[in-house]
Amino acid sequence: MADRPGSSVIPFAPTPGAGGELPALALQGLVIERGGKRLLDGLTARLPRSGITAVMGPNGAGKSLALRAIMGLIPVNSGAVWMHPSVAGAVALVFQRPVLLRRSVRANLAHALKVFGVPRRERPQRLTELIRLGGLTNLADRPARALSGGEQQRVAMVRAFAAQPRLLLLDEPTASLDPQHTGAIEWLIRTAAEGGAKVILVTHDNGQAHRLADDVLFLHHGRALEHTSRSRFFDRPVSAEARAYLAGDLLL
Amino acid sequence: MVRTTATILKPILAAGALLALAAAPAVAQADSIIVQSTTSTQNSGLYDFILPQFQATTGIEARVVAVGTGQALTNAANCDGDVVVVHARPAEEEFVANGYGTERHDLMYNDFIIVGPSADPADVASAPDVATALSRIAEAEAPFASRADNSGTHMREMALWEATDADPVAASGTWYRETGSGMGATLNIAVGMDAYALTDRGTWISFENKGDLEILFQGDPALNNQYGVIPVNPEHCPNVRAEGAQAFTDWLLSDDGQAAIAAYRVQGEQLFFPNAQ
Amino acid sequence: MDPFSSAFVAALELIASLDPNLLEVIGLSLRVSLTALALACLIGLPLGALLAVVRFPGRGAVVVLVSALMGLPPVVVGLVVYVTFSASGPLGPLQLLYTPTVMVVAQAILVTPIVAALARQVIADLNVEYDETLRSMGTSGRMTIATLVWDARYSLLTAALAGLGRALAEVGAVMIVGGNINHVTRMMTTAIALETSRGDLSMAMALGIILIALTIAINGAVMAVRNGMERRAYG
Repeated sequence: MADRPGSSVIPFAPTPGAGGELPALALQGLVIERGGKRLLDGLTARLPRSGITAVMGPNGAGKSLALRAIMGLIPVNSGAVWMHPSVAGAVALVFQRPVLLRRSVRANLAHALKVFGVPRRERPQRLTELIRLGGLTNLADRPARALSGGEQQRVAMVRAFAAQPRLLLLDEPTASLDPQHTGAIEWLIRTAAEGGAKVILVTHDNGQAHRLADDVLFLHHGRALEHTSRSRFFDRPVSAEARAYLAGDLLL
Repeated sequence: MVRTTATILKPILAAGALLALAAAPAVAQADSIIVQSTTSTQNSGLYDFILPQFQATTGIEARVVAVGTGQALTNAANCDGDVVVVHARPAEEEFVANGYGTERHDLMYNDFIIVGPSADPADVASAPDVATALSRIAEAEAPFASRADNSGTHMREMALWEATDADPVAASGTWYRETGSGMGATLNIAVGMDAYALTDRGTWISFENKGDLEILFQGDPALNNQYGVIPVNPEHCPNVRAEGAQAFTDWLLSDDGQAAIAAYRVQGEQLFFPNAQ
Repeated sequence: MDPFSSAFVAALELIASLDPNLLEVIGLSLRVSLTALALACLIGLPLGALLAVVRFPGRGAVVVLVSALMGLPPVVVGLVVYVTFSASGPLGPLQLLYTPTVMVVAQAILVTPIVAALARQVIADLNVEYDETLRSMGTSGRMTIATLVWDARYSLLTAALAGLGRALAEVGAVMIVGGNINHVTRMMTTAIALETSRGDLSMAMALGIILIALTIAINGAVMAVRNGMERRAYG
């Protein structure tokens, strides 16, 4: 358990923004090197307190790696992660390919409630809420790993909700899903954001970013090239790389 | 990892509880004694016949651990037994002299015999005495299976070889085969390799895998097989169940016990002849 | 009749007659070996999980040691336990020598490394899959181990069966510490050894056939239960 969030980074505190506001999450010069390659190359970003931030960029840009570094799942070589006190300790991550426990859907969610320290007497009610939220009532007693990919991702989403996260990190949660399941997941993402959670959504789906994002962070070769509002990003991207990416010409 | 320590401790506590459960029946059986004895007496079935009578008379359950005489005396000297019934008089007297046992009593006897393949290649059947019989086996270099386990039978076998010119241990691995096993196991080996062997008559009669082996030599007074009983000395072993051990000894030496020994028969043959003084 | 046929006939007769001595011996075998297995699981499963999950200096050496101990010679374990529980040994005052309890201890020592080593492998494999997810949830070390053990439960059953097989089959340790006392510490394997030394080979083989049949029955039953439950849990 050596890689708790923040354990391998230098503490730093971001300066308040123009309106005196602190970000939900600030990254300061994150560097991750593996085998002599710089996978994150001084990634710096400030993500606003609320709303949905889409993280975009070609394969290998370091998007998934950045989420894992924020979560403390992998050690960083240098740099720092700062979280606003209101979100620190209430962070959840949903992976592109969810790993559900070899138990029923209900038992998976009950396990999460227990892990997240929900008092025993509150668990039954919370469990019912989560099952309903995920539209899982008819699936609750099925073995979780026997469900379809989309159903499993719904379970993974509401499992993350069990933590009552203030910061929700999503790593391409709909990458391999059909439109119907994608819609269900997107509804859950909006529900989280409307509930006040800060959402960071890694996605390759321009349409999805259009539908959901408030702002877009564009990564390339382990650096943040652009961070701007959704409309500016899609209408008038500044960097040549972002223009090429949106045109479908930038694959790496 | 503080919480992990609790994870480890819990099962250990549970393990203790389980053990306590498993131990319960053993502790409840306080009225029992351990008899350190020999494979020859147990394999013959004698104990299965006489012990129920002893328990019916005294209410004491006698539990028999059957090993070689040497190991039986060692176990008892370690205080892991309450009474010994063995058959190697010099070792028994030493056991008492060392203060491990209170007193040695003659209990019963039978005799040793030499068994071997019916063809009798060393011609021991016609030998005038046991020393000659063994010498012929050595001269013919006919296979001979020895217990070689420091049991009473083995000690006697060694003493019998002493009276000959042969040095069987020097030939170990050739015609002389040291099995290092109990009487029955050694007889099984002798059957398998058509070897001669020295055995007590009781084990032989009740042994069911005789194969081509038969009794080839018997009757020499040097082959007398005397069993003794010795209670373990409570001064040496404070935990010994001295009363039970004494009751067992007294019963074996009593008319009832002696009659029970005499009454045990396998295939119509009496295996042990009581001779308590 | 050749020895094999007569052994089979004797085995069938023994079973058909529900011989009380036979039932007693089978009962003791099951009681001692299952208790030893329970003990071994209580210690071996968390130990295996710890070795699979927690990194600490010297972990590799401990893993090698535990694997090597799977091959502990029963007769050596029997000897060490005998010396320990002998009246003149350190635990002599407990007066447990020649009781089923000390047979449980000896067998638990034999079986624990098997359960621990196999459990470590099974749980390490599962942890490769679960590691990121559980860590991302901030799962405590204790909860991680509990989760892995529970989710690997059907694979761990196989580890337990391997341990039970070892316990039911071994004779060297229980012979020395139990003494093969009739009605007290006589188990299937020590009874087989006794019948062999009595030269009653068909009775010995009959008991052997029953022991093997018993082992097959236990394995079959556990596998059937496992398959049914696994299908329900994993889909």
